[in-house]
Amino acid sequence: MTNAGDILLRVEHLTMRFGGLVAVDDLSFEARQGEITALIGPNGAGKTTVFNCITGFYKPSEGRIGLCHGDAAIWSELDALTESGKRGITRGDSGLYLLERMPDYLVTQNARVARTFQNIRLFPGMTLLENLLVAQHNALMVASGYTLFGIFGLPSYHRAERASVEKARDWLNRVGLIHRADDPAGDLPYGDQRRLEIARAMCTDPVLLCLDEPAAGLNPRESALLNELLMSIGNEHGISILLIEHDMSVVMEISDHVVVLDYGIKISDGAPEVVRNDPKVIAAYLGVPDHELEKAGAEIGR
Amino acid sequence: MATGVKSSAAQRIDTVAALRDAAITTLLAFGLFLPLIGFHTVTNIRNELELDTRWPLLFSIVAVVGVARLAYSFLLAPWLERIKLRPVATTTPAWRATFGKWFVPFCIGFVIVYPAIIIAATGFGGALKWVDNFGIQILIYVMLGWGLNIVVGLAGLLDLGYVAFYAVGAYAYALLAKEFGFSFWILLPLAGVMSSFWGILLGFPVLRLRGDYLAIVTLAFGEIIRIVLVNWVDVTNGYAGISGIPRPSFFGIPFNASDDGFAATFGLEFSPIYRTIFLYYLILALALLTAFVTVRLRRLPVGRAWEALREDEIACRSLGINTTHTKLTAFGMGAMFAGFAGSFFAARQGFISPESFTFLESATILAIVVLGGMGSQIGVAIAAIAMIGGTEIMRELEFLKHIFGESFDPTQYRMLLFGFAMVIIMVLRPRGLISSRAPSVFLKDPKPVPVDPVKQGHG
Repeated sequence: MTNAGDILLRVEHLTMRFGGLVAVDDLSFEARQGEITALIGPNGAGKTTVFNCITGFYKPSEGRIGLCHGDAAIWSELDALTESGKRGITRGDSGLYLLERMPDYLVTQNARVARTFQNIRLFPGMTLLENLLVAQHNALMVASGYTLFGIFGLPSYHRAERASVEKARDWLNRVGLIHRADDPAGDLPYGDQRRLEIARAMCTDPVLLCLDEPAAGLNPRESALLNELLMSIGNEHGISILLIEHDMSVVMEISDHVVVLDYGIKISDGAPEVVRNDPKVIAAYLGVPDHELEKAGAEIGR
Repeated sequence: MATGVKSSAAQRIDTVAALRDAAITTLLAFGLFLPLIGFHTVTNIRNELELDTRWPLLFSIVAVVGVARLAYSFLLAPWLERIKLRPVATTTPAWRATFGKWFVPFCIGFVIVYPAIIIAATGFGGALKWVDNFGIQILIYVMLGWGLNIVVGLAGLLDLGYVAFYAVGAYAYALLAKEFGFSFWILLPLAGVMSSFWGILLGFPVLRLRGDYLAIVTLAFGEIIRIVLVNWVDVTNGYAGISGIPRPSFFGIPFNASDDGFAATFGLEFSPIYRTIFLYYLILALALLTAFVTVRLRRLPVGRAWEALREDEIACRSLGINTTHTKLTAFGMGAMFAGFAGSFFAARQGFISPESFTFLESATILAIVVLGGMGSQIGVAIAAIAMIGGTEIMRELEFLKHIFGESFDPTQYRMLLFGFAMVIIMVLRPRGLISSRAPSVFLKDPKPVPVDPVKQGHG
C-alpha cells in the first residue's frame, strides 16, 4: 500500500508575508514516504515559518500544501480537490489533504502531521505518562464517548485507556525514560525533554513527523542517541520525518534529502552529498566576498 | 567559647536592628492610622459635623503594631530561620500516609453525621442556626468553589464573573417555579443546563483572550447579568427581588405544619429543623456530586486536556486538541455546577434579589479557590470552611463587645479577616493550602507532583 519513495508531502509556491516582510518566497519542494527530509539554512532563513505553515499554525499568504495518506495514486485528484474548496478527501484507505486550509489541531487530528517545537513545549507540571496520554486525546475522547461513557466508568473506556497506557509505556521504553514515568516532565534534563517531546508527538500516530531543531542544545552523546531514535522511527514505523536542523553532523548522517533555504528562497535541493558541495549553499553559510555577491545573487535569481 | 561570643555579638546587632525596625514600623503605623483612626467626625445635636479625636484608641493600636514587630524580630524570625535550616525529610513519615488515606473518608463521615451531632449538643432549638448558617452556608460555597475550580484551577482560565452563573441558576429556578409551578427536581437540572448555556455563550467571545484581559471580560459579564437583573423589572422585579419562591418538598411531601406535611406524615412533632436538615443533605449531595464528577473528569481525556491547556495551549494544538471545545466545556461545566448551587440557593432562601449576586460574591469564591490551592478539591473545601465559617463565627464573638464597647460589630470586620487570611496564606504558601498536584494516571507510584513545575495558567 504505502511505498517508500512515493511523494507524501508536496509544497507548491508557498509564500508567507508578514506585512512587508517576505519570510518565505515561492518555495516548492517534496518529501517522500519513509524518508527523512531536512530543511536547513542560516538563521532567519524562514525554516520555522515553513513548519508553521505546514502544521497549520500560520495560514500561508499563497501556495498549496498537499499531503497524501496511503496510495500515491490519489495525487491525481489534487487539482479537483483544490477546485472543490474542501479540506481533504478520502478514498478507501487513502486520503489527500490540503494543509493550508486546515486549522492547526485538524492538521494533527485528520492529516496526521505531528510536530515538536524549537523551544521545548512539554506540559511541565504533568507526569511523563500524562504527557503521552494527552497526545492520545482524540482517540481516548472517542473511546470515552465524548466523556459520557467515561463519567459512568464503562468498561469499554477502561480498555481503551489501558491500551493507551500500554502505548505510552512502549514509547517511554523506546526513549529510555520508563523509570521516570511518574515524575513531572519539567524535572527532566534537557536532552530527555527533547526525546520525550518526540515520543509525545509519535503518540498522535502521525504519518509525517516535523521536528524543529531536535538536536539543539544536546551534547554529542545525546545527539547520537537522537540520531538512533530518528532512524528507528523512520525504519521501523515507516514514518516520514521533516527536520529543521543546524547540526550538520545530524543532517548529513541521517537525512535522505536536503532542502536549503536562504532569505526565504530555496537555493538547493537534493541528496546530502550534492547539497554539501553546492557553491550556493557554501556561500550562504560561509558568506562570500563582496565582488562575488552580485554573481551569486544573479545565479539564484535575486 | 569563640562561637558563643560570635553568636552573642550577632544577637546584639539583631537587637539594634530589631529596635530600629520596630521604631520605623511604629512611625509608619502612626502616620497611617492618625487620619484613619485618630480623627473622626461626629454629628452634634444641631446636625453639624464636628471633628473628634480618639487618642487612646490610636495609641493602643500603634503600640500593638510596634510590639508585634518586635515580637516578630525576636520570636518569629529566628524560628523561621531554624525551620529553614532544619534538614528536609526525604521520606514522608508513616503517620502522614495513614492520615492522608483516612482524612477524606473521615471528613465525609463527619459531614454526614454533623446534624445529629449538633442536635445532640444543642437540642432542636439551637441546632437550627448551626445547621443552617454553618452547614448549609459553607456547603454552598464549597460547591461553588469546586465548580469554579474546574475553570480556574484545572483549565487555568481566570473567571471573575462566576457569580453570574449562580444568579442564572437562582433566577431560573425562582421564575420557572413561580410561573409554571414546576417542582424543584425538574428545575434543578434545567437550571444547570441554562447556566451551562450562558457559560458557553460567555466562552465564545473570550476564547482568544488570556490572563488579565480574560479576567476583565468575565468581570464585565458578571456585571451585565447583575444589571440586567436590576433593570429588567417586568421579569425579575428589579431590586425588590422575587419572594415567595416555592420551597423544595420531601419527594412530594411539603415541610409544613399541615396534616399532610412532613412532620405529620412521619408522626413527628412539627419543627422547622426538618426542612433545614433536608436542605443540608440536599446541598451535601449536590456538593459531593460536584466533587465526584470533577474527580472523574480529571481522569478522563477532557480533564487531562483542561490541565494540558493550563500548562501550554500551543502544545495542545500541536497534539490535535481542539482548544475551542476544551475551553467551552470547562466554562460550561463550571457554570453548570454554579447553576445547581443557584437553584438550591433560591429554594433555600425563598427570596432572591440582585443584592445576592454582586462582584463581592465572585471575589469570595475566587478567593476560596486561590487560598485552597488551584486544582485541589480538599484545599478548596478547607478554604471554604475557613472563609465562610470564619465570617459566620464573627457573628458569635459577642464577648468582643465587652472589650471594644457596645457599638462594636464583629461582622463588620469580616473583610479584615479576608485580607488577613489572604496575606498570611500567600506569604506562607504562595500557591494555596494544598499546592501539590495528584497525577491523573500512574504506572507504579502515584506520588504527588510538587508545585514548582506546575503552571498556573495564563488565564
